[in-house]
Amino acid sequence: MAKITFIQPDGEEQTVEILPGWSVMEGAVRAGVIGIDADCGGACACATCHVQVEPEWAAKLPLKSEMEETMLDFAIGPKPNSRLSCQLRVTSEMDGLTVRVPPSQH
Amino acid sequence: MSEHIVIIGAGQAGVQAVQSLRAEGFQGRLTMVGDEAYPPYQRPPLSKAYLLGTFARERLFLKGDDFYREAGCELLLNTRATVIDRTARTVMLSDGRTLAYDKLLLATGTRVRKLKSPGADLRGLHYLRDIADVDGLQGAFKQGARIAIVGGGYIGLEVAAVAAKRGLRVMVFESADRLMPRTASKQVSDFFAAEHEKAGVVLKLNTLVEGFEGKARVEAVRAGGVSHLADLVLVGIGVVPNDELAAAAGLACSDGIVVDRNAMTSDPAIFAAGDCTRHHGRDGAEIRLECVQNAIDQAKHAALAMMGKPRTYSEVPWFWSDQYDLKLQIAGLAQPDDVIVVRGDPLSRKFAVFHLRDGAVAAVEAVNAAPEYLIGRKLIAANATVPRERLADTSLPMKSFA
Repeated sequence: MAKITFIQPDGEEQTVEILPGWSVMEGAVRAGVIGIDADCGGACACATCHVQVEPEWAAKLPLKSEMEETMLDFAIGPKPNSRLSCQLRVTSEMDGLTVRVPPSQH
Repeated sequence: MSEHIVIIGAGQAGVQAVQSLRAEGFQGRLTMVGDEAYPPYQRPPLSKAYLLGTFARERLFLKGDDFYREAGCELLLNTRATVIDRTARTVMLSDGRTLAYDKLLLATGTRVRKLKSPGADLRGLHYLRDIADVDGLQGAFKQGARIAIVGGGYIGLEVAAVAAKRGLRVMVFESADRLMPRTASKQVSDFFAAEHEKAGVVLKLNTLVEGFEGKARVEAVRAGGVSHLADLVLVGIGVVPNDELAAAAGLACSDGIVVDRNAMTSDPAIFAAGDCTRHHGRDGAEIRLECVQNAIDQAKHAALAMMGKPRTYSEVPWFWSDQYDLKLQIAGLAQPDDVIVVRGDPLSRKFAVFHLRDGAVAAVEAVNAAPEYLIGRKLIAANATVPRERLADTSLPMKSFA
């Protein structure tokens, strides 16, 4: 289990325990984290599970695939530390990861 | 006593309604009734990764148990709603209980259309709609087995792709002259046909299945006057809406439960969302959609309307299909006399087909082409006009059209 914290635009935090092997998006959707829409169910097809990773974590995560880079370009207000949470596969090393949820996915 | 909203149907639309109702501040009692053994789960992976065996069952569920507890939603599984009494505002359940409701949401979905041809009751004939269907298919889904697939639509072709990948010998029967005849353009149909043939799938187009042969189990498919040996059969010939409960209660139904743009049925206390509804599309035509998008968006609109905050439903429908390493993404609804613009070369396995109607972008089918799909969806929503030559010019990035 890795504990992953989601920070909403208003500062509210929600910590979710996610099984290794699952995606950050799956864990968030399961727990009903507001703002992770994930319309396509994790197919890297919609860019509606966009999150911004806290700077201290950005370098520790696996690199973005070309597909993820392309899709992020179409997310709302992407930043260098933006990721699609459906593409972040949880490992035990990700325990404590904190991400910010953008104000809108559409 | 606090208000009670009852949701009939524990699928994508039902769970979205729970989430949206609570997000909109609904404080009353919530009950969701589902006739399957499972809490709401994703159906799209069933014919894809779940059948392939790379996606554990646990991952199909849309929400964890905590979600329903925290949302204060009582889940009644393995339970069917049998009668709606609109005067008393009650729903009778298969377990003999009666639930009183203040508002009701029908999210009853669809069921598979069954074949009635001779031999269609033989063992070894499968349909694919729920978890139990896929689990029942796995036993015979073995390397070297011969699978005959009836219907060259999304379900049939996704199963064909998984079967080919798992080493089965695959034959697909489609009565029309091309694959996905109802939903895809000729360009996309032809492209997918070539990809399936490359994977070793035998396609029998223009071929009507007449029946099935075998003693207790199916042994052959009779089609076009010829018997084709088969160890198992998968039938994917579409679905029918579960609207009988609504119709019996006197609600307007017409191949689906008729709802307005606020997801309201002909009874203002009863709403409906998802595959089971017939509603007005963006152009005003009556449609019934079978997709995740409609389940999510219509359920959101139903929740808003129930909370007294109605907002007109007029979203662009979208769909996707995964076959082999190909991702087909579709937005909008194509029509036969649309003007077709192909962007990119199908031979590169990355292209899009745009459908223009009265000059405006009305639909897009994108194969491994996410930018075309995403921008296309925005253009459709805006009813935007883009000159054909520019749309077809891949030296102009899609972003330049947004």
